[in-house]
Amino acid sequence: MAHAKLLPRQYLILGLVAVCAPLGDSCLSRGMTSLPAISLAHPVTLVAAVFTPWIVVGIALLIGFFASYLTALSWADLTFVLPATAFGNVIVALLSRFWLHEAISLERWAGIVLITLGVGFVAQGPSLTEKPAPVAEQEQAQ
Amino acid sequence: MTIPTPTAQPGLWSATAMIAAIVLLSTAGEVLTAATMKSIGDLDEIRVHSGMKGAIRAVLTCPLFFAGVSFLALAFFSLLFALNHLNLSLVAPASASLTLVTNAIAGKIFLKENVDRRRWTAAVLVCIGVYLLAH
Repeated sequence: MAHAKLLPRQYLILGLVAVCAPLGDSCLSRGMTSLPAISLAHPVTLVAAVFTPWIVVGIALLIGFFASYLTALSWADLTFVLPATAFGNVIVALLSRFWLHEAISLERWAGIVLITLGVGFVAQGPSLTEKPAPVAEQEQAQ
Repeated sequence: MTIPTPTAQPGLWSATAMIAAIVLLSTAGEVLTAATMKSIGDLDEIRVHSGMKGAIRAVLTCPLFFAGVSFLALAFFSLLFALNHLNLSLVAPASASLTLVTNAIAGKIFLKENVDRRRWTAAVLVCIGVYLLAH
C-alpha cells in the first residue's frame, strides 16, 4: 500500500536518490573531461569511454541511484520523486566547485537556491495522487 | 594534480541541443519507468512477501520497464556526450531541472498525476533557477 505521508525508511530512499545521482554525475564528468573531445562521427569512442575507471565508478553509483529511484516510484508520484530529490543539484554545485575546481558564478548559486526552494515547495505536499476507488470497492465498503 | 575541464566550449545552439536531447530522452524514459512501477505496486511490500528476488522478478518481467530503460540508456549516452563538451555545473542542474518541468507536464498528461499549484510553483521556480544557471 502506498502512503501519502512518508515513513523514515522512505525518506532514506529519497536521500539515496539525491546523493547517488550527483556523485555518479561527478564521476562521469571527471572521467569524460579527462578524455579527448569525442565527435559524433566516431560514436564507438563513446562506448569505449564506459570502461574507464571513473566512468565505471560513476555507473556503479548510478545503478545505486536507479535501484532507489525505482523503489521510490513504486510508492510515490513521479512529479513528487523528481523535485524532492533535486537537492542533488546543490551537491553537484559543491562537488563542481570544490572537487572539479569549476568556477560557479553568483547567478548560478542563485539558480541553485531557487531550484532548492522549488523542490522544498513540492516536498511539503502529498507524495501520491489519491485515485478514487473503483465502484465495486466503494459498494463493498458501504 | 590538475583536473581537466572541457577546453573549447560549444556555441549556444549546440549546448541547447545537447541539453534538449538529454531532457527529452530522460522524460520519455522516466514516464515509462514510473508507469511500470505504478503498475507493479509498492516494491517494499513485494520484497516483504516474496523476497528481494521476487521484487527484482516483478520489475524485470514487465515489458514496459525495458522500453523505459532503453530511453534512459539513450539519455545516459547523450549525457556522456554533453559532459565531454560542457561543464558539469551547467549540464547536470540544467538537464535535471528541465526534466523536472517536462516530467510535470508528462506526468499530468500520461500518468494522470495530480500536478497541483504547489507542483507548478516548484516548476516555475526551477525554470527561473535554470535561467540563472545558464548565465
